[in-house]
Amino acid sequence: MSTIGDIARPKGRLTTGRMFGAGLLVLLGGFATIGPVLIPADPAAQDFSASLAPFGGDFLLGADHYGRSLLARLAHGARLSFGLAFLTMLAAAVPGVLLGLAAAWKGGWTERFLELTATIVLALPGLMLVLLLLAFAPGNYGPLFLGLSLTLWVEFYRVTKATTKSALAQPHIEAALMLGFGSRYILVNYVLPVVAPMIATLSTFAMATAIIAVSTLSAISVGLQPPTPELGSMIVELLPYYAEAPVHVLLPAMLIFLLVLGLQLLAQGDHP
Amino acid sequence: MRNFLLARLLQAGLVAVVVGALCFVLMRVMPGDAAMRIAAGRYGPDARIAEAAKMVRLELGLDRPLVAQFLEWLGNLLRLDLGHSLVTGSPVIHELKVQLGASVWLAASALALSLLIGPVIGLFSGLKAGGAIDRLGLAGAVIFRAIPPFVLGLMLMLVFSKQLGWLPPAGFGSAREMLLPALTLALGLAAMSSRVMRNSVAAVARAPYFAFARYKGLPESVVVRRHGLRNAAIPVVSYIALQAVYLVEGVVVVESLFAYPGIGHALVHAVVERDIPMVQGTALAMGLMFVVIAAIVDLLTHWLDPRMRRMA
Repeated sequence: MSTIGDIARPKGRLTTGRMFGAGLLVLLGGFATIGPVLIPADPAAQDFSASLAPFGGDFLLGADHYGRSLLARLAHGARLSFGLAFLTMLAAAVPGVLLGLAAAWKGGWTERFLELTATIVLALPGLMLVLLLLAFAPGNYGPLFLGLSLTLWVEFYRVTKATTKSALAQPHIEAALMLGFGSRYILVNYVLPVVAPMIATLSTFAMATAIIAVSTLSAISVGLQPPTPELGSMIVELLPYYAEAPVHVLLPAMLIFLLVLGLQLLAQGDHP
Repeated sequence: MRNFLLARLLQAGLVAVVVGALCFVLMRVMPGDAAMRIAAGRYGPDARIAEAAKMVRLELGLDRPLVAQFLEWLGNLLRLDLGHSLVTGSPVIHELKVQLGASVWLAASALALSLLIGPVIGLFSGLKAGGAIDRLGLAGAVIFRAIPPFVLGLMLMLVFSKQLGWLPPAGFGSAREMLLPALTLALGLAAMSSRVMRNSVAAVARAPYFAFARYKGLPESVVVRRHGLRNAAIPVVSYIALQAVYLVEGVVVVESLFAYPGIGHALVHAVVERDIPMVQGTALAMGLMFVVIAAIVDLLTHWLDPRMRRMA
């Protein structure tokens, strides 16, 4: 009983780490959502006369080797990373949590079957699964998204199942069950409050994983292909010019770093 | 003990079947005729492609029922026959032998390097929890965890091979070439293991037996060595089992980045070239590497903690 309480509740405190992470995410989220609307420049528009333009002037954050506005590309890249990570997280969390609830509630063959499926997915490194799917449709959002959610749902499933199981075994819930309260009522009022904080933590971790995975795959040129303003491929594209424009290379790297840092700080402000 | 190994053996079998089945299904679901694609991959898309496809179909038995084909693939796997690369034409198993060896070396040196960095920092942080080293270690761990491995690799490459010129940025052969990719992986691993070690040392340092060792008047170094390290190491080692995923995935990234001729590099290449037998083979090898690392960690925990042996 006390263990569940320990895991679920006291972490809600707002530590400095958490506040910092949340603030960082609000800033970056704003940049990703409003940025592409406010910045008039087309992230794909090339202007060779402005190749590797420095900060200021026509380009606030300079331009890349094709003379594309870095500010616009960063905003679109942040939107892409955030959006894809959010979708991936949803696609992993929703089935993961539902299946976890089902396994804990039904037990028996349902649980055994789901357990086997989870074991099979865990037997493979996630990135490999994504690469396998990408082998058949390179450069597409579809397999990238599918592969990532296919590996990430297991964690949601396992945590939901374990927490729900021990929650259901508690005396006050057993009493409610015996008094004939509906399963819906018990799930919403007793199980969900225990599971929700953990799901929130897992979700931020899943998003961080997805952001790193997408940028990494694009950087090793199996993910999204170059014209797309993807942060990982931007770094690799700009790398040959690091001597002339070191800050230009650093910008997308910084953005990924801050995104992941914000998510990780928010997830576990107390003990990283 | 035997249960450990049996479970890992089962896992290895599972990996083989899943990788095979996945590639098999994807190959069949893929738009277009498999025989056509293979023929195009082999002979190039020329006018006599239909004829070539027919030959491929007959040769590979693609017109037979799917179940029969899959069982045949499994049978071949048992005889260690993984087919031929569509690009180079040489047997897949042949290419894998060299690459897997290179990857295992890389993973092993990364693990060794990370054990030199992470637990040592963790030990000093944990002995004085809340102190300056602890706080520095925490900041370092947070930062290194938020940097994606490929960015870290690029940064190391720029600093150590471009600016300072100390180490070669790519290649294979000597320890000098291995150092940068191994370090990239090791820093990420150490960021995590240092914190686990710190928490575990802090817990051990609070334990009564640790205090008793001090009351007895043992010198501090003996207290730490005899009563601290081994107890603190158990959670770290089992944590490394979880990090086996990080290590194996990291191998893919780091090898591609540093053009290191290992299994990860080969997998990425095969994916780009649609060399399906190679994709299957490399994925299989990586999956097995993952299982082997997990098994080694099992054995290590077993050796570190005699209580487990008595229970089993």
